[in-house]
Amino acid sequence: MGIRLDKPWERLDSDSVSSLQAQLGVYQVADGDGNVLSVGYAGARHPFGIRSALEHEIRLHGKKATLFRYEFTSNYRSRWDELLMLHLHDHGQLPDHQRDEEGRVGRLSPN
Amino acid sequence: MDFRLNEEQQMIVDTTRRFVQTEIVPLEDELDPDAGSLAPDDQDRLTTMTRSMGFYGLDIPEEYGGPGLNTTTRALMAIEMSQHRAGLYNPCYGVFGGAGLAQLYEATETQKERWLYPTLRGEKKGCFALTEPSGGSDPARAIQTRGFQDGDEWVLNGSKLYISGADKADYALVFARTSDDPGRNGVTAFIIDTDTPGFHVRRVVHTLRATHYATELQFEELRVPQENILGEVNGGFAIANDRLSRQRIPYAAGCIGPAIRAQEMAIDWAKNRDAFGSALAEKQAIQWMIVDNEIDIRHARYCVLEAAQKADSGERFRTEAAMAKLIASEASSRVVDRCIQIHGGIGVTKDLPLERWYRELRIRRIGEGPSEVQRLIMARDILGGSFK
Repeated sequence: MGIRLDKPWERLDSDSVSSLQAQLGVYQVADGDGNVLSVGYAGARHPFGIRSALEHEIRLHGKKATLFRYEFTSNYRSRWDELLMLHLHDHGQLPDHQRDEEGRVGRLSPN
Repeated sequence: MDFRLNEEQQMIVDTTRRFVQTEIVPLEDELDPDAGSLAPDDQDRLTTMTRSMGFYGLDIPEEYGGPGLNTTTRALMAIEMSQHRAGLYNPCYGVFGGAGLAQLYEATETQKERWLYPTLRGEKKGCFALTEPSGGSDPARAIQTRGFQDGDEWVLNGSKLYISGADKADYALVFARTSDDPGRNGVTAFIIDTDTPGFHVRRVVHTLRATHYATELQFEELRVPQENILGEVNGGFAIANDRLSRQRIPYAAGCIGPAIRAQEMAIDWAKNRDAFGSALAEKQAIQWMIVDNEIDIRHARYCVLEAAQKADSGERFRTEAAMAKLIASEASSRVVDRCIQIHGGIGVTKDLPLERWYRELRIRRIGEGPSEVQRLIMARDILGGSFK
C-alpha cells in the first residue's frame, strides 16, 4: 500500500469544493506549481467535513492556493500525522503556517 | 478479601475523580473527538498541578522520586483516570507523568545515567520493540531479528511491527535473537539510540485506534556497542516477560473506567429518553442490559483488585493478573457495546465518546497478550506439572 497522497491534483475553488461529499479525511493544498501550502485534515468538528476544511484553506491562502487533492478516511488523525511526517522527510520542514507542528510529529524514513 | 478502600485510598480516588471531571472533561469538549493530546499550555498547566498534588510519575518507584503508591491504589487511580474520551489509551493525556520503560530500573548505573534518568526528567523518550511480523503472542519463538557479535559491537538485522512511539523516541529497547536457541534462551535486549545509522522507522500502521498509530521498524546492519546490552546476553526474554506480567494489572484497571462512565451515561439516557409512552428505563429489555453491565463492571473490578492485593502482599499473582486482564478487557467491551445499543443512533456518532471506546476496547482484548494467551497462562498455573 502506498503511503503518499499522490492522487492527481484538482483545481481548488468554491465550486469544486462544494461538489465533494461532506466526509472525514485528509488533504493537501498547493500553489499552481504543486508546492504544498497546507497538509490538513477534516475531522468531526468540521460541520461539513472536507468541504468545510477546504473552504477554510481558501480563506487562509487566498488566490495563492489553486490545487488540492484529498482522501476520505475515518483515520484522519493518524493519516494526517503520517502525511506531515512524509512532508517533513521530503522537504526538511513543514509548510510555513504549520511549523509549530514540527515539535509534535515524529520522524519517518520510508523506503 | 476486603475490597473496602482505606481513608487514604478514598481521598486519592476522590481527588482523581474530581480532577478528571473538572480539568480534563471540559477540555475535551473543545477537542477533536479523536484528539490524542492537549494544547501545550493546558498540558503544562495540568502537569504543574499534578506535581503540586504529589501525584506526578505514578509508576516511578519511590526510591527514584515516585509517589510510592502500592498496586491496589495505582489500580484504583487507573480506574478513575480513564473515565474520559481519550482515557483508555491516554489517561488524563499523560499529565500524571510516565515511568519510562520499567526494564531500565534493572540497567547498570551507566545505562541509567544515559537513558533512565533523562527519561524520568522528561528529557528523553523510549519505545519498546518486541513484536515482529512473524508474531506477537509468542515473542520468544517468533523473534527473527538477528544479532551477531563483531568485536566490541553487535550487528542487528531484522524488523519490528506494531511499535508505538518509535517515530518520536530517542531510544528503543530492542529484542533480538543472539544464539541458535529457537526459544526464550536465545534472546538479548539492546538499548539503541534511534539516530543510530541503520535504525529506520519505515511506515505508520493505522489501526482502529484512529487517534494514534503504530510503526514498523527495520534494522539494516545496525551496529550497537556491547555496553548497550540490558542484562545478560541471551537473557533478554526474562526482561521482556517480567514487564508483560507487571503491566497486566494497571492495564486491566484502565479498561474499567470507560465502562463505568458508559454505564453512567446509559442510565442517564434510559431515565430521560421516552419511547412508546414511557422512559427506556421502564422497559425490561433496557433494565436487563443495565444490570448485565453492572455485573460485568463489578466482576472486572473485583478481579483487578484481587490481583492487585495479591501483588501488594507479595503473593504469586500471575494467574490473577491474567484473569483480571482477560475479564476487564472483555467485560468492558460488552458494557460499551450495550451502552451504544441503549443510546441508539447517537451512540455510534462522534458526538459521544462511546464509539471511540468501542473501537479502542477491541484492541485491549489483543494488546498486552490476547485473551487466549491469558487463558494459556492460567491453564499452565492451574494444571501445573509438565504444562508449565
